[in-house]
Amino acid sequence: MRKTLADLSGGWRQRELWGHLGWQDIRQRYRRSVLGPVWITISMAVTAVALGILYAGLFGVPLETLLPHVLVGFIVWAFISGCINEGSEVFIANEGLIKHLPSPISVHVYRLVWRHILFFAHNLIVYAVMLIVFPQPLKWTALAAIPAVLLLMVNGAWVALLAGIVSTRFRDLTPITQSIVQLMFFLTPIVWIYDDLINSPNPAVAERARLAEFNPFLHFVEIVRAPMLGNDQLVRHWVVVLVITVVGWILTLVVMRRYRARVAYWV
Amino acid sequence: MVSITTRDASVDFPIFDAKSRSLKKAVLGVVGGNISSDTKVPIIEALRDINVDLQHGARVGLVGHNGAGKSTLLRLLAGIYEPTRGTAVVEGRVAPVFDLGVGMDPEISGYENIMIRGLFLGMTRKQMEKRVDDIADFTELGDFLSMPLRTYSTGMRVRLALGVVTSIDPEILLLDEGIGAVDAAFLEKARDRLSDLVDRAGLLVFASHSDEFLKRLCTSAIWMEHGQIKQQGPLKAVLRAYKGPEAVLDEGHGAA
Repeated sequence: MRKTLADLSGGWRQRELWGHLGWQDIRQRYRRSVLGPVWITISMAVTAVALGILYAGLFGVPLETLLPHVLVGFIVWAFISGCINEGSEVFIANEGLIKHLPSPISVHVYRLVWRHILFFAHNLIVYAVMLIVFPQPLKWTALAAIPAVLLLMVNGAWVALLAGIVSTRFRDLTPITQSIVQLMFFLTPIVWIYDDLINSPNPAVAERARLAEFNPFLHFVEIVRAPMLGNDQLVRHWVVVLVITVVGWILTLVVMRRYRARVAYWV
Repeated sequence: MVSITTRDASVDFPIFDAKSRSLKKAVLGVVGGNISSDTKVPIIEALRDINVDLQHGARVGLVGHNGAGKSTLLRLLAGIYEPTRGTAVVEGRVAPVFDLGVGMDPEISGYENIMIRGLFLGMTRKQMEKRVDDIADFTELGDFLSMPLRTYSTGMRVRLALGVVTSIDPEILLLDEGIGAVDAAFLEKARDRLSDLVDRAGLLVFASHSDEFLKRLCTSAIWMEHGQIKQQGPLKAVLRAYKGPEAVLDEGHGAA
């Protein structure tokens, strides 16, 4: 366990390296484009507005309700899915570096999470614009969004580590993971509103909607979205997220203890 | 204190072919209760029972035929592969120079690549900023340094990589050969810098087929064969055993 913790803290000390590489990844993606990383912001705005208009029409919900809901949900989802999908390839993609430079494996994961934090920050611009167009009833409770986002990041790190190690050994897990994540997008209340279905006059619909409680992603989306939109915050979601954080990290530490050193052999 | 110590260290590679690596096979293997030889992963013993004890000031050459385990041994000494059996303890900051191209990004400029490569080798951003001018001087690339790396010729890339690598202050320097593809005049310049680099390093392990380089840089040697250490000791004795009488002949010329 000592070596596992040394890996995590040693990787953390190389902040200059992964911080630089994370920025580099973003600049790289938009190199030679005129707008550069602003494209992150624009594509998020376009997606959220298009989905907002589409589903507001389909569900018969007013746009000023659904658009903010979709937007914030989508920003959180982009972070979650990025950490999981890219996490399952993180060591495979860095094969050259892993085999040539003795660095803690956590460096690659920190770089990945940092990159998605930067994406997240770019997307917050869309959120800020949305607040101007559709003002939300924000109170001081909106500050809860800060610990919520921090929890999101802490979870992103263990998920990427775990998915990375396991799918380096079993290569089939990468496509499996990616299909599941895609499916989970529809099962998570991002384009649809959970409360509306729970309170549906049709008892069959309400009953089925309750199953969404078993979806861990729902709780992560809720703890961030509720404060950001000034909605009522439920303790239940926080408890679930905290439990997942602790259990997830314990599981990841156990897996790292056994298999961390094997990653260089498996890539 | 800088040191590398290994005790009976072995490195075994599992070779997963497409089938045995898949989850399907692992799951079906368990379900069917069929854990016979066909579900077992074949293993290559790349290194076996390696015992080395390298202290500050050691200048070790690695010799042996292709596939004898020189590169794997370097990676064991770098801490990249932790031994599957036995132990390996590496004390000190390791700068491995195995492949000049790794960590280089073709889409970004020479300057940015200098920075990134330096960070990878364990330098800080500040330390690298101080060295950038010196590296630019050495590489003689001039205005090309602000061009993307993909516009460089192979030789220019090697210059850049060598420039960065030889500018650092490593505690443990691990060099793999294959530093070529540069014009003769530049190579002479690079040699001086390489020698300087080696002098700064606390500990050197250098894998090479070139007797001349080995004699210039090393004082002792390890001879690898079939993943095991065949002999280790003073450079001349090992070279003589490895190469036969011709190594002695070379030496005679060198002395004359």
